[in-house]
Amino acid sequence: MESIKDRVAIVGMGCSKFGERWDTGTDDLLVESCYEAFEDAGIESKDIQAAWIGTQNQMSGQVLAQAIKTEYIPITRIENFCATATDAMMNACFAVAAGIYDLVLVAGVEKLKDSGVGFLTGGGGQPSAQVTAPVPPPAQFALAANRYFYRYGLSYEEGKRLLAMISVKNHHNGSLNPKAHFQREITIEQAINAPIQAYPLGLYDCCGVSDGSAAAIITTEENAKNFRDDYILVKGFGLAVAGGQGMLRDYYDFTHFDETRHASRVAYQSAGITNPREEVDLAIVHDCFSITELIIYEDMQWSKEGGAREDIESGFFTLEGGLPVNTDGGLKCFGHPIGASGLRMIYEVYKQLQGKADQRQIKNPRLGLTHNLGGAPGSFTCAVSIWGCRD
Amino acid sequence: MAGITSYGAYIPRYRLGKETAGWGLPVEKPVCNFDEDSLTMAVAAGMDCIEGLDRNAVDGLFFATTTSPYIEKQGASIVAAAVDLGRNIVTNDVTNSLRAGTLAMRSALDAIAAGSAKQVMVTVADCRMGAPGTEVDQASGDGAGALLFGDKGVIANVVGSYSVSDEMLDVWRAAGDANVRTWEDRFVLETGYLKILPEAVSGLMNKLNISPKDITKAAYYGPNPRRHGEIARRLGLDPQTQVQDPLFGQMGNTGAAYSIMLLIAALEEAKAGDKILLASYGDGADAYLLEVTKEIEKFGPKRGIKRNLETKRIRKSVGVKGAAMQGLDGSPPSVSARWRQRESIDRLHGAKCLSCGLVQYPPQRVCSKCHTKDQWETVRLSDKKGKIFTFSLDYLVPGADRPLAITIIDFEGGGRGLFMMTDREIEDVQCEAPVEMSFRKLRSSGGVHNYYWKPIPVRF
Repeated sequence: MESIKDRVAIVGMGCSKFGERWDTGTDDLLVESCYEAFEDAGIESKDIQAAWIGTQNQMSGQVLAQAIKTEYIPITRIENFCATATDAMMNACFAVAAGIYDLVLVAGVEKLKDSGVGFLTGGGGQPSAQVTAPVPPPAQFALAANRYFYRYGLSYEEGKRLLAMISVKNHHNGSLNPKAHFQREITIEQAINAPIQAYPLGLYDCCGVSDGSAAAIITTEENAKNFRDDYILVKGFGLAVAGGQGMLRDYYDFTHFDETRHASRVAYQSAGITNPREEVDLAIVHDCFSITELIIYEDMQWSKEGGAREDIESGFFTLEGGLPVNTDGGLKCFGHPIGASGLRMIYEVYKQLQGKADQRQIKNPRLGLTHNLGGAPGSFTCAVSIWGCRD
Repeated sequence: MAGITSYGAYIPRYRLGKETAGWGLPVEKPVCNFDEDSLTMAVAAGMDCIEGLDRNAVDGLFFATTTSPYIEKQGASIVAAAVDLGRNIVTNDVTNSLRAGTLAMRSALDAIAAGSAKQVMVTVADCRMGAPGTEVDQASGDGAGALLFGDKGVIANVVGSYSVSDEMLDVWRAAGDANVRTWEDRFVLETGYLKILPEAVSGLMNKLNISPKDITKAAYYGPNPRRHGEIARRLGLDPQTQVQDPLFGQMGNTGAAYSIMLLIAALEEAKAGDKILLASYGDGADAYLLEVTKEIEKFGPKRGIKRNLETKRIRKSVGVKGAAMQGLDGSPPSVSARWRQRESIDRLHGAKCLSCGLVQYPPQRVCSKCHTKDQWETVRLSDKKGKIFTFSLDYLVPGADRPLAITIIDFEGGGRGLFMMTDREIEDVQCEAPVEMSFRKLRSSGGVHNYYWKPIPVRF
């Protein structure tokens, strides 16, 4: 097995405004992100040799061709829960690294706000026996939160305050980002006192529901300099797909996610990272719920097991901290258009590594990562991607 | 001689009582939770009855009720599956009469006498459909009983029986009617209940050549306390010593299940040699004489009537039965998909890997832990106690039971599942809280009553 490290470069990216885009459809969102990426890379759509499209609700590669009018090029549609866009990026990078294509478009999109309801409606799925409990995402992650509180002896008040600090941080970062859905600060008290969705998670413990799209142009490391000087290089990918282990194995503890541990280990190894807490300069992670981000801190080996509290309270993950997390506002402020989120995260890493993150720019980052987690505690799909500046 | 070899009962935990807003009576009555019906109660009584016994030795199961969930589709086959009986059995529904329980009992005894069955279980349950505020509604409670009949290990021999068939419209409910109808009660009682039930009892006494003084306890049907007491006088029984407490004010008239539940209450207090009269009424009357054997001394303990009555919670308000059922909406199941999983859904079967020993639910082809393929033994989880490993209280899902208690249950002896908890107060839903499983109506949609198991706070 060969490492993907430094073999593929991103030479252009685009990201739509995320939010309740009542006046835009899937086509419009894709045009918005892809044309920003074309312009950023200095290319035209006819230069693209192949494309990957990540989307959960739209079927087939045709959704991309219909939007940007490519002419009979190969387009592969990928769906892998919340890791959809990152998985699309990984497969596209593998094709470029294999030497099959030189210039590839990777896009992700989701139009969630046409469902008529303010929550995720899911893909429907196969007809079933209809005996399984309806477990909306907040309730899935409440399973982890309640056990985490129990395991570490946190009272409801202590646990809620800790989770609120994560949401307040992400709202602060989002307030600095014109592409975010939510661009205003919140207070600890607002977060703690918001209506409960699934005990103990309240409204501000949950990410928003938004429309959005993001896109990237990738090429080989050798070709990258023909497009721009400040391209960024892939350092590693990790993808871990579970098969219900946490529900079938009655010894799973619900306070850590094995999928994150597996995916990050593979990605760290590829990138040559041995001390993640020290070596990673920024991370954009899957904060679908505040508790998810907390557990990610521990699973990614930034905090000790059970040690997230100390790092949250010391501000380690804020813009000024030792490892800024979700500098763009995260899912908390961008919402979670499933097929777009992974590329939206890579967009922030790309901009930060180029020093183009404006008000939320952190100091001299060299290595950034993204993390997606889809499914429910006990059975996730997790993707990690790591990116670095050229030497 | 054939007789009763085991019994069991179920009474819903929730009661209307003095503290219940909108009830207004000084008496208590048990009421089904929104996800209970006669069938789920019959399962609970059947589980109590069969506990500790060999399920494979049972040759038949009858389900007696006036309130079966389907007009066409057997309830007994669902009860038999949930109780986890074998396949090679006779199942039958005995319905449409308040006498259904004692009629089912007759069929069971006849089958054993004829040699076509060795052990037959009779489950009987009812939720009387009285219009709110009427006497039928106020005097009725929801409940279920189960009796196992056989000729080995008999705790009460059936000495004899006598039946009367009597055609009259006294209490009835046409297909599609929401509530029970009655004619003027003076007519109904004078020419029906008060005349026909004694006729059957007298017939039995003549047949067996016994007199009222030979009866240790009489357990018999009654529409209300006054008329129940009048029967004792007409039969010449001493109400203080010879009549089983009809439990009005605690249990109420449980319809087709009533006389058998009173018999079970009598058996709980009985000694060897006691002679118990059982009599029921509805489209005629049935009377039985039972004689308690020495086996009663080593029998039990069962949940029975007494312990079911003791474990209760008083509802804060009456609620509306129909409206509560709205929480059971949702998509009907794919019948074929549900059928494929019938063992894990109806019987709550998990599987234990023969290679590594891990119990997994639902059963898999390949072991999640050691990856051995197709090497399993069945584990019944429905009668295992468990603990809540973790939970959430969901306020987003609409329905009768908000917040929806979603629980990860770890079973004693291994195995884990995700279930909707029921019969719970918010404070019951905690990490490590003990639970047991209860068969409930999950959803009713598209003409399908979709039953499945739910955890409840440990009751006994």
